[in-house]
Amino acid sequence: MVKAIEVSRLSKTYDGVVAVDGISFEVETGEVFGFLGPNGAGKTTTIRMLTGLSRPTAGGARVLGYDIASEMVKAKKGFGVVPEQSNMWDELSGRDNLIFMGQLYGINSHERKTRVEELLKTFGLYERKDSKFAAYSRGMKRALTIAAALVHKPRLLFLDEPTVGLDVVAARALRAIIKRLKESGITVFLTTHYLEEADMLCDRIALLVKGKIVAIDTPISLKAMAEEKPALEISFKTPLNKASDELGRRLTGMAVVRVDDKILIYGGDADIVLHAILDYATENGTQVAAITSVKPSLEDAFVKLTGLSPQVMAVEKGGR
Amino acid sequence: MWYENLRSIYYIALKDMKTYYLKPPAISWGIIFPVAWILAFYLRNPRNFEELVPGLIAMTVLFSTTAMEVVVINFELRIGSLERLLLAPVSLSGVLLGKVLGGTIFGLMITAVITIASVLSLGLFNVNILYLLLILLPSLLVFSSLGALLCVLVKEVFEAQTLANLPRFLMVFLSGVFLPISSLPPVLKQIAYILPLTYTVDGIRQSFGGAGDIAIAIDIVVLVALIPVLILPATRLLARRFV
Repeated sequence: MVKAIEVSRLSKTYDGVVAVDGISFEVETGEVFGFLGPNGAGKTTTIRMLTGLSRPTAGGARVLGYDIASEMVKAKKGFGVVPEQSNMWDELSGRDNLIFMGQLYGINSHERKTRVEELLKTFGLYERKDSKFAAYSRGMKRALTIAAALVHKPRLLFLDEPTVGLDVVAARALRAIIKRLKESGITVFLTTHYLEEADMLCDRIALLVKGKIVAIDTPISLKAMAEEKPALEISFKTPLNKASDELGRRLTGMAVVRVDDKILIYGGDADIVLHAILDYATENGTQVAAITSVKPSLEDAFVKLTGLSPQVMAVEKGGR
Repeated sequence: MWYENLRSIYYIALKDMKTYYLKPPAISWGIIFPVAWILAFYLRNPRNFEELVPGLIAMTVLFSTTAMEVVVINFELRIGSLERLLLAPVSLSGVLLGKVLGGTIFGLMITAVITIASVLSLGLFNVNILYLLLILLPSLLVFSSLGALLCVLVKEVFEAQTLANLPRFLMVFLSGVFLPISSLPPVLKQIAYILPLTYTVDGIRQSFGGAGDIAIAIDIVVLVALIPVLILPATRLLARRFV
């Protein structure tokens, strides 16, 4: 079977700055593939290259078996794209937006009408089908943008940060839709900087940091990598601002990360860690409030594999 | 492939008509501005007004088409929906031609109203309709393409409108809209011959039975030749935005 996406040494440089650095990966037909990384890691740049909105500086890729350099128009017939920005036409109604998309894809008028009604109902927009896109809520706009990408029944769907800016309820509804898309056999290529979202939805995940893929595997396998060395979560009675830096220096070879007023320590011998913590607390005139063994998560895998704090993901996008 | 591109060009133009024809910048620069100039000249000198009609029709072509290009291209560049068009199975040149066609149809509608009103109100029934169409149709495409070329250079609507005003006013004053080219100093006369509006004004004037400075066949050939000359760099510049 033809791979949904095959990427080979793909690179993109903007004015001397490397946005994507020679990445290679494959996406199997029918899977939900997650591209996980902090803001600026190169996720959107990769999607733009794979969908024809940007030309690679080096390397190449095939999407649905078509070369992105020479057969992009053919490839476009088989994929849909949901950009990070809900960029439908404000002046058109929800229904007219979908009809226009159907026209661009050459769907005949009878099928177009049926398909548009079906999508409006699926995405809960039927009651507001005649309202202008500008009058839609953010969640409705997102839903219509996804519906627009599905008008021509694509085999592959690119979703760029689909839940950014959505409230909890809308984000949950959207994740349910993505699960349904997978069940219907559509391959989904999803970029996100939300670790739990990737964990929840993806069959496989590629971790992208500074334009490079640092790991590709299933969420379970990625978590297993972190499970080899359990994490300890420590909180002091008096929050200490420089605790993570100082403990990081003392606990060489271990990852020490501050999350709110807690310190997470990954890897290393528990006895060494406990002594270091108690010594540090005594030296700084405080006491340990709690020490907990943290259940391994994708976050742990992310920290271990990327060396980045999980807060980087939230902080750079403003959190949620 | 070519059929799919043609279909997309048609639907993009249709969508633009539905979406943007009543946008304030299109109405103010594409309709109110040329109509206001026409009324101002009519009120100032109603007796010899018919001499100005060819120039004013040409000015309507220029402003209506370029004003619409600003709206159909820069509104979409700003909100990102132009990218959505490029995600559909249509070539980049197909998207741009759809935009040019949208501006051309808007220009045709406004110019048709102004021309018919001028003919009926001033009794200019000696107009050669064939010549007029052979001048107006390529002119509408030329100025739509010129508008597209200028609009892809910038992102915001106000930037595009300001940028478009430079060639607009240069042409209005040097292309024989108000003053015959023959009365211009030699240097300005040379400049006038490189401006597309010169050929539009000259061709329309001859269509209304007036004397031209250039053979009408040359006016037509120059205007037709200018269409690809303007569209090709516009396509390249648009493509550079997505490199």
